Amino acid sequence: MSDITYREINANGFWHNNPGLVQLLGLCPLLAISGTVINALGLGLATTLTLVASNVTVSLIRHWVRPEIRIPVFVLIIASVVTAIELAMNAFFHELYLILGIFIPLIVTNCAIIGRAEAFASKQPIPKALADGLAMGLGFTCVLVALGALREVVGHGTLLSDAHLMFGEAARGFSLTLIREYRGFLLALLPPGAFIALGLLIALKNIIDSGLAKRAAVRAPQPAEAAG
Amino acid sequence: MVRNILMSGVLLALFGVVGAGLVAFVFQGTADRIAANEEAVMLSSLHAILQHEAYDNNILEDAIPLSNELLGGTDLMAYRAYQGDEPVAVVFTVIAPGGYSGPIRLLVGVEEYGEVAGVRVVAHRETPGLGDDIEVQRSDWILDFDGRSLASPAYNQWAVRRDGGVFDQFTGATITARAVVTAVRDTLVYFEAHRDTVFMRATADEEESPLE
Repeated sequence: MSDITYREINANGFWHNNPGLVQLLGLCPLLAISGTVINALGLGLATTLTLVASNVTVSLIRHWVRPEIRIPVFVLIIASVVTAIELAMNAFFHELYLILGIFIPLIVTNCAIIGRAEAFASKQPIPKALADGLAMGLGFTCVLVALGALREVVGHGTLLSDAHLMFGEAARGFSLTLIREYRGFLLALLPPGAFIALGLLIALKNIIDSGLAKRAAVRAPQPAEAAG
Repeated sequence: MVRNILMSGVLLALFGVVGAGLVAFVFQGTADRIAANEEAVMLSSLHAILQHEAYDNNILEDAIPLSNELLGGTDLMAYRAYQGDEPVAVVFTVIAPGGYSGPIRLLVGVEEYGEVAGVRVVAHRETPGLGDDIEVQRSDWILDFDGRSLASPAYNQWAVRRDGGVFDQFTGATITARAVVTAVRDTLVYFEAHRDTVFMRATADEEESPLE
């Protein structure tokens, strides 16, 4: 574990150990805020920022913190970081902040963050902790955005609506209306739709994984034969 | 052993102080911007209700706190618009308690003679796709209030069609529409009874304050 490579860190964050699809951590924001792509992206990036900041800080202090008080210290760090991010979002992305609302402070309760602090950052040097925070955070963001896109298209018939909340006025034109005069599909917008969509994404990942495993199993004997 | 406990305690306290310091620092740095943002959001929703050529005072500062059953609760505000010293209109923050999933927060603008200047939803938790047609971004329904007053329609017509009134309801979300209609009607009732106190300007000593 101590000599994990950056390649492995990335593969873990985005695929093998993805917080959204495999660890199933942080489901509360994942399901609640993934109604549209922009909301999902906003929360995903805020979570990524938190993960990076908390991972780096935890790694920085890993030699001083005694094991018996490490968990409260991690919680303190994460809570401070999230509060600071919340204030900054309120100041600089006010309209997005109004939409994400309660889910920004709730990043504190995203178990993926304290999970990475405890399982990874507290045992690794700073650059690797940073890479892990980035990979896990962006992996989580990808799942959130995929879920957001799925629900937005099925639920509203649009994609990237309200993009100006995040990218400024110039981005108003980013919004795509895929289906005109669409009356909306309520199920996709409500929490059950989020669960169903997440289930579909996990199923898709498992199908891909088993396909890869089969291919690997077919290919694996060959080099063995060649060697023998 | 005692030394260990003490060390841990001191370390923990240190992290607490550093964390609180970080938050305090960011708070200091962003407080003004956040206040300005909130003001801008409020002002833009007020402008959606009142044309700002119609009045010449600073509507955000000419506000008074209100509490009344008819307006739906306590800690509400009335933003008053004047042209010179003549009252033009007032925008109430109103809470409609009867929403389908929790209260609906509204801004209700009332012109000097009791006509509705405009109604906007500030916050709600109605079902997406059904009840959220009260948002002006989703449907024109809320604009139907413009220009109405207690005289037109009559008090007992201030209801959704299903209840014998004149306002449309949404399929599947009658409760939402009913809550908003009732809240707007009650605001007009409140305004009629308290018109003079609502428009009464600040006391003399406040107006003569040298800090302007």
